Amino acid sequence: MTDLSLSPKTPARPSALAALKARLAAPPAAPKRVQFDRPLMPWLLLAPQLAIVAVFFYWPSAQAITSSFYLEDPFGLGSSFVGMANYTDALSSAEYRKIAAFTVFFAAVVAALSLAIGMVLAVKADKVIRGRSAYRTALIAVYAIAPPVAGLIGMMLFDQHIGPLVRFAALFGWDMKVGLDYWDTAIAMIVVAVWLHIPYNFIFILSGLQAIPAAVREAAVIDCASPLRRFLTVVLPLLTPTVFFLTIINLTYALFDTFALIDVMVKDKPANNPMTLVYKVYLDGFRGNDFGGSSAQSVILMVVVLVLTLFQFRYIERRVHYG
Amino acid sequence: MASIDIENVSKIYPGSTARSVADIALNIKDGEFIVLVGPSGCGKSTLLRMVAGLEDISEGEIRIGTRRVNEVEPAHRDIAMVFQNYALYPHMSVRDNMAYGLKNRAVPRPEIEARVAEAARMLELGPYLDRKPRALSGGQRQRVAMGRAIVRQPAAFLFDEPLSNLDAKLRVSMRTEIRRLQKRLGTTSIYVTHDQLEAMTLADRLVVLNAGRIEQIGTPLEIYHRPASTFVASFIGAPAMNLLDAEIAGNRLRIGDEVLDTPVSGAAGKVTLGIRAEDLMPADRGLSFTPDDIEDLGAQRLVHGFVAGQPLTLVISPATRVEDCRRLAPKPGALHVFDTLSGARLDLHTEHDSRPVLPVGQGL
Ligand SMILES: Nc1ncnc2c1ncn2[C@@H]1O[C@H](COP(=O)(O)OP(=O)(O)OP(=O)(O)O)[C@@H](O)[C@H]1O
Ligand SMILES: [Mg+2]
Repeated sequence: MTDLSLSPKTPARPSALAALKARLAAPPAAPKRVQFDRPLMPWLLLAPQLAIVAVFFYWPSAQAITSSFYLEDPFGLGSSFVGMANYTDALSSAEYRKIAAFTVFFAAVVAALSLAIGMVLAVKADKVIRGRSAYRTALIAVYAIAPPVAGLIGMMLFDQHIGPLVRFAALFGWDMKVGLDYWDTAIAMIVVAVWLHIPYNFIFILSGLQAIPAAVREAAVIDCASPLRRFLTVVLPLLTPTVFFLTIINLTYALFDTFALIDVMVKDKPANNPMTLVYKVYLDGFRGNDFGGSSAQSVILMVVVLVLTLFQFRYIERRVHYG
Repeated sequence: MASIDIENVSKIYPGSTARSVADIALNIKDGEFIVLVGPSGCGKSTLLRMVAGLEDISEGEIRIGTRRVNEVEPAHRDIAMVFQNYALYPHMSVRDNMAYGLKNRAVPRPEIEARVAEAARMLELGPYLDRKPRALSGGQRQRVAMGRAIVRQPAAFLFDEPLSNLDAKLRVSMRTEIRRLQKRLGTTSIYVTHDQLEAMTLADRLVVLNAGRIEQIGTPLEIYHRPASTFVASFIGAPAMNLLDAEIAGNRLRIGDEVLDTPVSGAAGKVTLGIRAEDLMPADRGLSFTPDDIEDLGAQRLVHGFVAGQPLTLVISPATRVEDCRRLAPKPGALHVFDTLSGARLDLHTEHDSRPVLPVGQGL
């Protein structure tokens, strides 16, 4: 069987002196390296992890890819192979293209705004709490518990009847119809999505700022009179690892984690509403019962995300200064 | 290049009522090398940072040249600072680190290149110009920090313990180098340290600080030979000056039952007597000394022992036998007498003391 012990056949409880003698007499031990007698053991050790990845990633992915080539009977009675038809249908549909365009717009705006606003707030907070860690803990604690609450409030702000933002818009003669008017809904969606994600950006940028040594900033204060220029030439470059990380997280968030938010805003509303590709996958698959089409769309989405991530790591990370 | 005048400057940190720096007055001449020295927490960095503009000045005025700088931004004060941990910009090459301050001041590009090249030559940084700071050794980073200050050609250099992160050997060589550069450039400098060897070797004038106040200002030798207080006496010089409880009675100094031959003028009463370890010699008559412990340092030998029950340290040459040190006599003029309560120096005339009495704080 597998034997992991270093000195296999040592007698039980040798005297300390004997053990020492044996150690001194033995040739110097080779660098410790565990050898498995059979190739089965490593697989067994890896099995739980592999199982999770397989069950929750590879299997559904494989399912999606397979069913994207079939046209399923709406009543689940059978399916027929249709080749690339689901893909060509999706890509040539004007509606799909419109939703794709909105998704790109939505993801870019949400990612950029939550990063920018989070950064402005973090820079301001950093000025106040520099060197006062009690302050920092308090602020971060507040922001850490805030998101779920903020989400509820965000929805209420745009409520057709009691939403203060809707009323506020009305003051300027803007009759906001969230859930009815395409762009009113889009704006509400973006505002709430950004709002929900500002705390996340805030915390990471704040801790990134706090990690920049005080003396480096002071050196910059002596070298450069303009605060903005200082920020752009010293602080921001030192924050790039954080910003890079947040960009990826923000895009993923805007693409996928806004699902519930969109659902609340457009569910049971007339058809002409903005939505993202992820929501469309859900809509076609589970509401429209078009599993083939929905699968094709999710495969397209998977490929897009893959390309995006590869691109980010390959091209953007090169410009990042890690310490 | 400029003089720096510090007029009755105090610092009260927000949220604190105490003065971290209290009523400092110091006039620094153009080209002078001033060293601020004192124990941890005495306010050296605070004072330096007020000159730099990194801390607000709570009271008083600081002038660089003839210009009042209290309200002037650090970048406009025409000073350059070298930090303890170098504070290099980690994302910039050595070249860019040095050029950064000049670029922001819109110095023409050829001029920047010339200055960086000159500084790199002076500091032997040529081969490293395109490296990032993280690829440099501590000593090299230190030189880049120096280079960044030099290329600016500022009115003053401010150093905050720039050598304390280096090993002992490098510290000595960088010390000499800083001194050489400063003399060559003739730039007014303020240098903070708590290493008294650095203080003694670098300073034109030393400023000894204690709890936010100036204890004494003077050339290193003045301070060594005529410390203004027991604080300065015990802070400057290694080993620290021996301080003994003594008494003036009948124009003689008494230490317990021991009486020193040297006649002194001065009111009878308790005083603190200071004698440097190297100012005591074995003699036929004098204080009786009980040796206790010996430290051999190679070039010299420290003997710790007691005089009239009070601890006393003696420096002798390795050739001298400890047995010969049963009786000790101070060298002529080597006695320092301080007020027991205030610690202030009492300028008593002892018979052998032929040196003129300098008022405290008067420079060269
Ligand atoms: N930001 C601050 N807020 C409040 N008090 C401060 C602040 N910075 C320094 N102090 C206090 O001011 C006094 C002087 O501090 P400073 O840093 O100038 O000492 P230092 O002489 O440079 O000491 P060291 O040799 O340890 O660097 C200290 O008592 C310190 O506690
Ligand atoms: Mg300090």
